[in-house]
Amino acid sequence: MGTFLDTVNERIGDVPIQNCYHCRKCTAGCPVAFAMDINPNTVVKMIQVGMRDRVLGSSTIWLCASCETCVTRCPNDVDIARMMDVLRELAIESKVAPKEKNVLKFHEAFLSNIKISGRINEPLMIVQYKLKSGDYFSDLAMGMSMFLKGKIKIISPRTRDVKSVRNIFKHTGR
Amino acid sequence: MKVSYYPGCSLHATGREYDESVKAVSRALQIELAEVDDWSCCGASSAHMTNFKLSVALPARNIIAAEKSDRDVMVPCAACFNRFKSAQHHLARDAKLRSEVESILGAKYAGTVKVRTPIDIIYNDVGKEKLAAAVTKPLTGLKPVSYYGCLLLRPPEICEFDDYENPYMLDTIMKSCGAEPKKWSYKTDCCGGSLTLGKTDIVIRLVDKLMKAAREAGANCVATACPVCFANLDTRPSEDVRLPAFYFTELIALALGTPGPESWFGMHNVDPRPLLKSLGIV
Repeated sequence: MGTFLDTVNERIGDVPIQNCYHCRKCTAGCPVAFAMDINPNTVVKMIQVGMRDRVLGSSTIWLCASCETCVTRCPNDVDIARMMDVLRELAIESKVAPKEKNVLKFHEAFLSNIKISGRINEPLMIVQYKLKSGDYFSDLAMGMSMFLKGKIKIISPRTRDVKSVRNIFKHTGR
Repeated sequence: MKVSYYPGCSLHATGREYDESVKAVSRALQIELAEVDDWSCCGASSAHMTNFKLSVALPARNIIAAEKSDRDVMVPCAACFNRFKSAQHHLARDAKLRSEVESILGAKYAGTVKVRTPIDIIYNDVGKEKLAAAVTKPLTGLKPVSYYGCLLLRPPEICEFDDYENPYMLDTIMKSCGAEPKKWSYKTDCCGGSLTLGKTDIVIRLVDKLMKAAREAGANCVATACPVCFANLDTRPSEDVRLPAFYFTELIALALGTPGPESWFGMHNVDPRPLLKSLGIV
């Protein structure tokens, strides 16, 4: 079994993250860094020194919005955004409690909604998210207003061959 | 011209104005749309943030469906566009992944279909001159900032848009419609995207920054090409900074005099009609 760094690099499958020379361009350009507990370039260093639990337990991996500004500007082509995807996958697989619970609950609600009808039914997806997160009351007025304006409909068209979509989930491990 | 059309889930729900305005504009500009048969969700952020293989296989199912025809596929939603392009990128360079995905889907992936945004198609295939010539109601006095966001542009080698730090196609399209797009340095900044439900406070901070920057640039509205950006711009900014947001196709439709704009504007959270009336556009 390799180091934490080996695992992360192998999953990224591209430029090894130790190519980073800590110019901090990723952190400087990150729109969400202000809310993260660990800056993106610091995450790179912490992986290198094997701080697995701290990294997988950070808020950073859940707050990254995947805007891809970091990888676009990285002078060494380190794919920080993909690295964040990998860290989220590892956190889920090793059942590390997510520091930002509602972000993961949103993703779970979104993906389980796809399994129902092959496409997202937004009102139902939001109900699923609210049941998972316990955040029942925020945006109620907004949702009602959208409904009254005819913007959201309770019933939306489904994928006919929804089985083929469920099959994708079955064979990709979720 | 004829293209395949992948609307994606948002365009049948909170992004209805985008779907209807893309169709109205396409009709007016003689772009024939044929919907991809029995399409399914691309997986959006939630798939690639949690499960790489799923994030390739979900869009691949739709790309393979689009490959039944050799026409380009128009993908108006920036998030779907990004997922399609990303899947194509990984399928092209990873033979093992491709054969795995093909076996899950029970179909061959050819990689022959071109995935394109309506901005690209209108700018490059219709062209600014033809667009300007079709305008019957120039958007005089409308000063949008063009907001491209993240997913049309990044990563640049995957998205293959125009200029990833200072894109221009949408600005040119707005000019052809008689509007006066304002220069600003937030064209490609992030709105917070899918954090809108799980971390609303972060999204409010980001869209407030965008609205303040748009006001400083002298804009009176924001034009976008992404249903997630639109939802965030239309519903999340604080009351004292908000400006009307538009799908860029709503503005083209208005300039071309197609039916529809009034009913789309009625669905916005920030009603743009007072602005448009004050400028004599509606």
